[in-house]
Amino acid sequence: MSGGAIAVDERAASRRRRLFGENAQAYLFLLPAVALLALFKILPAFYAIYISLFRWDIIQGAFRGLDNYVDILWANATRAEAFWRSLSTTFTFAAITLPIEMGLALVVAYVLFQKLAGRDVYRTIYYLPYVTSTVAASLVFLWIFHPQYGPANQLLGVFGISGLRWFQEPDGVFQMIGNALGMALPDWAAGPSLALVGVAIFSIWHFIGFQILIFLGGLGNIPLEYYEAAKLDGASQWQLFRRITLPLLSPQIFFVFTIGSIGVLRAFNEIFVLTNGGPLDTTRTVSMLVFRTFFQQGQIGLGSAMGVLLTLVILLFTLIQFRFLERRVHYS
Amino acid sequence: MNALRARPRLPAVTSSVSKHLVLILVGFLVAYPFYFMITTAFKDFAEASTTPPTLFPTELHPENYAEVWSRQPWARYFANTVFVAGTTVFGEIVIAVLAAYAFAQMNFRGKNVLFALFLATYMMPGEATLIPNFVMMSKAPPGVNPLFPIPRLGLYDTYAAQILPFLASAFSVFLLRQQFLAIPKELHDAAKIDGAGHARFLWSIALPISVPALVTVGILSFYASWNAFQWPFIVTSTPEIRPIQVALNAFSAEAGSNYHLLMAAASFVVAPIVLLYLVGQRFLVQGVARTGIRG
Repeated sequence: MSGGAIAVDERAASRRRRLFGENAQAYLFLLPAVALLALFKILPAFYAIYISLFRWDIIQGAFRGLDNYVDILWANATRAEAFWRSLSTTFTFAAITLPIEMGLALVVAYVLFQKLAGRDVYRTIYYLPYVTSTVAASLVFLWIFHPQYGPANQLLGVFGISGLRWFQEPDGVFQMIGNALGMALPDWAAGPSLALVGVAIFSIWHFIGFQILIFLGGLGNIPLEYYEAAKLDGASQWQLFRRITLPLLSPQIFFVFTIGSIGVLRAFNEIFVLTNGGPLDTTRTVSMLVFRTFFQQGQIGLGSAMGVLLTLVILLFTLIQFRFLERRVHYS
Repeated sequence: MNALRARPRLPAVTSSVSKHLVLILVGFLVAYPFYFMITTAFKDFAEASTTPPTLFPTELHPENYAEVWSRQPWARYFANTVFVAGTTVFGEIVIAVLAAYAFAQMNFRGKNVLFALFLATYMMPGEATLIPNFVMMSKAPPGVNPLFPIPRLGLYDTYAAQILPFLASAFSVFLLRQQFLAIPKELHDAAKIDGAGHARFLWSIALPISVPALVTVGILSFYASWNAFQWPFIVTSTPEIRPIQVALNAFSAEAGSNYHLLMAAASFVVAPIVLLYLVGQRFLVQGVARTGIRG
């Protein structure tokens, strides 16, 4: 009896030792990752807020409380104007890029998914831009859309459109169309600058392969019986697409939209190389403004406040998407 | 991915000819910039800037590459990038393997809290940490405590500044955790009975059967490292340290209107990563399909 109790005690103790050993070993395994994440991801998120509370021009200055935020949002007319304008540019950029990109990707994926010779070749080509560096690819686009020597204008010349200045054109595209038709549009209807449209074209070119890939994966998950059953019921091609493909693809559509909008909101490299925020600041998105404020003007405190605001915008935007869009997603 | 190989039959929308036409048109638009880059790289200055542009160089000028190469220490830039990317890939894999294994195969206190922490860092956009990390990389100004409140690592313009922030990747941990979770429990139990501890099991059994996942993590990490621009642009200043993308951007100012030279430079900066893509396509496509990381 007592011998058994001792054995049980010993077994419990040895299990404790083993568990303790396993705990220690697990922490050891996790140590490098946790330490690095803490140092370069978690703590910096707090530093960002800390920095944003100071006048910090190259070196740390006086504590300002929330004054940096107040300046950016309304108190300082120049800064507030720049910030709200950059925010509007950012969302305009997203609004012209994402729908076209997703629509095109969906069509291509739908066509590519069907039984077809050479699908793998097509897929390889479509995906190529995504792996290419944004810097190199942007430099190529600068020349393709060069006002004088670029092949893009050459091609458009065939259709009687000439002399577009693309990445150097601050005029709104609707305004330009209006002018061409002899109508003078009011300022608010000028539309995004041709330069911003150019950046959007680059963005679509660069990321479409990724979206096609995700959609292809989603199409593969739709049971073919659904189509066969619907066809027996006499559904038309459009009905099949509208009533079966689209709803069952909604998880991928939602995913691509969420990831895509975050990517567009954060875009930096291509804008930096293609336009550097110009012409006349018409492509200066929030991430360009943050970069300009903190890196080129050395106003680290203000830049950090803008960075915090941008982060909040991205998180809020993501949250809204999950709250309102995900309800419409059908997970089969 | 399996479904892709299954060659399913969706309802045919249109004839196969018109489908190919659509796909070829899109393929042409997607591939044209690459064609344009390479053909322009082989033109001379006059032909690269004629209107209308020629479709194909009338005369091939491979010596453009020699000229570009002689203008900048490209070998050094390549070496910098290869070193930074190689170290990042190796370090990221080792660190992620250990953490992923702990999450998948070990029991310890605080597992859920730590996992939530990893998830939180994954959700956080890079903008949040760009400026503080930049401040951290600089030296502490005189009179400032280098450890408080923001540690100053004094790593500006070093390789370490380009490597350290990317060594721990929550995404790689998730990907490998999935892989390790899939290892059958019986395998682990059998190893335990044979007296193998965690380290031994990880090294002799878990790793060898996880090679495809490791390759995926490695390729994604290498690709991100090779194409990195904003961060190295901010934290490097000298050619001895500068990686290839930052050097290419700087060269575009130097090249000015010599676009044939700039295209030659762009093409050799892009070439290694495109080759890697063509060779390791399977792994990259798999990984990206799971990540959803944009840019």
